[in-house]
Amino acid sequence: MAFVSSGYNPDKPMEGRLSDIGPRKYDEFYPPFIAKNKGNWEYHEILEPGLLMHVAKNGDRVYTLRVGAARLMSVTHIREICDIADTYCDGYLRFTTRNNIEFMSESLETIKALRADLEKRKFKGGSNKFPVGGTGCSISNIVHTQGWVHCHTPATDASGPVKAVMDEMYEEFGAMRMPAKLRIALACCINMCGAVHCSDIGLVGIHRKPPMVDHEWADRLCEIPLAVASCPTAAVRPTRIERNGEKVNTIAIKNERCMYCGNCYTMCPALPISDGEGDGIAVMVGGKVSNRISMPKFSKVVVAYIPNEPPRWPTLVKTVRHIVEVYAANAKKYERLGDWAERIGWERFFSLTGLAFTPHLIDDFRDPAYYTWRQSTQFKF
Amino acid sequence: MAKHATPKLDELESGPWPSFVSDIKQEAKSRARNADSVEYQVPVDAPDDLLGVLELSYTDGETHWKHGGIVGVFGYGGGVIGRYCDQPEMFPGVAHFHTMRVNQPAAKFYTTEFLRGICDIWDMRGSGLTNMHGSTGDIIFLGTQTAQLEEIFYELTHTMNTDLGGSGSNLRTPECCMGPSRCEFACYDTQDLCYTLTQDYQDELHRPAFPYKFKFKFDGCPNGCVASIARSDFSVIGTWKDDIKIDRSAVQAYANGEFKPNAGAHSGRDWGAFDIQAEVVDRCPTRCMRWDGGTLRINNRECTRCMHCINTMPRALKIGDERGASILVGAKAPVLDGAQMGSLLVPFVEVAEPYDAVKEVIENIWDWWMEEGKNRERLGETIKRLSFQKLLEVTNIKPQPVHVKEPRHNPYIFFKEEEVPGGWDRDLEAYRNRHKR
Repeated sequence: MAFVSSGYNPDKPMEGRLSDIGPRKYDEFYPPFIAKNKGNWEYHEILEPGLLMHVAKNGDRVYTLRVGAARLMSVTHIREICDIADTYCDGYLRFTTRNNIEFMSESLETIKALRADLEKRKFKGGSNKFPVGGTGCSISNIVHTQGWVHCHTPATDASGPVKAVMDEMYEEFGAMRMPAKLRIALACCINMCGAVHCSDIGLVGIHRKPPMVDHEWADRLCEIPLAVASCPTAAVRPTRIERNGEKVNTIAIKNERCMYCGNCYTMCPALPISDGEGDGIAVMVGGKVSNRISMPKFSKVVVAYIPNEPPRWPTLVKTVRHIVEVYAANAKKYERLGDWAERIGWERFFSLTGLAFTPHLIDDFRDPAYYTWRQSTQFKF
Repeated sequence: MAKHATPKLDELESGPWPSFVSDIKQEAKSRARNADSVEYQVPVDAPDDLLGVLELSYTDGETHWKHGGIVGVFGYGGGVIGRYCDQPEMFPGVAHFHTMRVNQPAAKFYTTEFLRGICDIWDMRGSGLTNMHGSTGDIIFLGTQTAQLEEIFYELTHTMNTDLGGSGSNLRTPECCMGPSRCEFACYDTQDLCYTLTQDYQDELHRPAFPYKFKFKFDGCPNGCVASIARSDFSVIGTWKDDIKIDRSAVQAYANGEFKPNAGAHSGRDWGAFDIQAEVVDRCPTRCMRWDGGTLRINNRECTRCMHCINTMPRALKIGDERGASILVGAKAPVLDGAQMGSLLVPFVEVAEPYDAVKEVIENIWDWWMEEGKNRERLGETIKRLSFQKLLEVTNIKPQPVHVKEPRHNPYIFFKEEEVPGGWDRDLEAYRNRHKR
C-alpha cells in the first residue's frame, strides 16, 4: 500500500506544526439537555437495571441507558455505536470510567426502543454486543489493563479473564441484588495500571519465580546500577563473571529475597521474569474508594495464587463466583464487601467462605505488616 | 478464512458478555474486505496477527511483547509507547505495534462526528483496534508503526483539533467524573477544573521533567466515582462546609414509601420496607442524625460528609451550598514500596476559576518533588521518605488534627534547632563544670 501523507513534511517538522493544543473542550460534546441543565440537577432514580432518570430543578428529565462493553474495541464496533447514537440520541453519547457506554435521551420511549434494538445486536460468535446494566447494587463492568494483548510485563492476560468472569457475572450486571455495589477490577501485574488495590474484588497477575539473568546482554542492554536500584528488597546486585574467557559486568539475583515484583525487568530487559508455570493471579477483596459510611480501604489478599488457565480461567471464575455468593448471602444492606468482612472479622470471612488460610496471606512486607497482625485477645473461635 | 488457527481464543467467543475476540475478528474481516477502499498504512492483517500472537500467549502462558523502544513525535516525550513483538517473523503484521494515547475530552462525552473522525484516522493509519478507554482515561490507539506516528499526530491536531495524552515521567492525562453535567452531588465543576489544568499544564504533560509519573484526578463528591483517592498523586474531591439541606416533605415521602430509597439501587432484592432509623440514622458513621418518626435532624457540626444519607434519600437531602474540595495527595499502586491511599493535605479549598488556589498547591508540590524526588519515586513515596511535615512546610499549610487519623505513636520527634531555647551549640566546658567526667 502506498504511503499517503497527512500533510506533514518530515524535512520541515515545524512547518505548520500544532502542538500543546490539548483535548477538545468538554462542552463541545454536551447534548443540548445536558448543556441546558448542567449544575441544576435535582435528583436521579434508577428506573430499572441500566436505566437512569435524572430530573432537573426545572422538571426536565433525561434518561440514560448504560451498556457494557469490552474495553478493547474495534473501529467497526465504535462506528456501530455511532450509528446507534445517531439513530436514537442525536449523535451524542458518553463513556464511563468503567468502560460502559451511556446513551441519553429526553424521551423514555426512545430509550425503550433503543433498548429493544440493542438486545438484538450480537457478535458473530454469539455474544451480546450491548448488555444493559451496571447500575446501583449490581456488579458493574470490570476495569482492567492490557495483559498479553499489548503489554511487556504481565503475569496474566486481562481481556480473557475479564470476559470469563463477566460471562459468569452476566446476570449480576443486569440485576441489582447485591447488598451494596460490588466492583471487580483486574490488573495483569502488580504495577496495577488501574486501582485494583481498592476494589471489592481485585484480581492481580503475579509472578512466582525470580528473574533470569541474560548475562550476555545485561551490560549491553541495561544500566546495571538502575536495575540494582530498582529492587525494593535488595535482591539485585552487580557482579562480574567470566564468560568465554572474558570478565563481563552483569547482575546477580539473591533468589530468597525476591518477591517477584518485576520492577527490575521494567528497568532491564535482560532480566526476564514471566514464566508460564510460575505466573498466575492473586485474589484481593474488601477494598473501596468511596467515603460512604466507612473510609476508603485497601483490598486484602485472600487467595495467594490461582494458576493461569487460559482460555477461560475456570478456577478463578469459580473462586470469584463463590466469594460473591457468600457475600451476597451474608452481608447486610449497604455493606460493601470489606465492611462486611470487618464487621464479622476476617477469621469469620475465611470460615464462611471456606477459603484456605495459608502462610502467604500474612503480611511480611515492611512496617505496615505489623499493623495487620492481631494485637488483641479479641478473636472468634 | 482466518490467517491463524485460534482454538483457545475461539472459546472466548461464546458466553453472553461482549467478546473482544469476536470484535477483533470482525475488524480483521472488515480490513480484508475493505469495502470503503481505505489506503491502509499499516499491515491490513494486523488484527489477524494480533489474534495469532495472543493465541500463542494462551498456549505458553507468557506475553510476547518486548520492552518499548524510544519512539514518539517531535518535541514530545510522551503520548507514544513503543511496542514490538518478540516473534516478528511469525506475526509480521504486529512486529511493530506502538500504542498512542489520545487525550479524551473531560468525562468522555462525545459527538459521533468526533468519534468517526478518530476512527477514520485510526482505520487508515493503525490497526483499527482501540481501548475505549485506557485506565488513566485516554483513548488508546492499539498498534501502529513508527512512520505513522507523525502522520497521526498531524491529523489529530489539524483535522480533529485534539492532542496526545501523557506517558512516562510526566503529568499523565488528567481525568474527572461527570460532575455537575449530570450529577446532583457534584460540589464543583470537575470537568472545567480538569480541562483547565490540562490546558495550563500542557508542557508538563508532553515533556517528561518529573522524577516519575504524576496523576491528577477529580471527583465531584466523596462518593469518588473516578477513584481519585486510590490512584492519583493529586486527588481533588468535592466537599462542602455548611449544612446538608433537608426537604422535610421529601423525608416524609421516603418514610411513607412513596420514594424509592437509594434511588432504586437495591430494587433487585426484597429488602423489606425502608426504615430511616435503621438504614440512615443507625448507619451514619458519626451518629449525628436523629429521627423521631416525623422529623429528621442532623447535627451538621459532627457530620463528616460521607454521603450515605444523601445517597440513600437523594430527593430529601442535598449537599450544602458552601462548596469546594478537599485535596489528598500521594496515592499509588503497590509498586514499589506498597500501595498508598491519598492523604488529606488541604481540608477545604474553594474551586473557582481561574483555580489559582488549587494551582498554588500543585506548583509548590512540584517544585519540592522535582528537587527532592528520586528517579522513579512517586510523590507518595517521597512524602514517606521525607515526612508529611516537610510536605506541609513546602506547601505552606498549617498542621491540623484533620491531617492525621491519630497522633504519632512514638516520641521520636525531629525538633528543629530553632524550636529549642539556646539551639544545639552547647558549651561542653560549662556542662563539665556541672558534671565531672
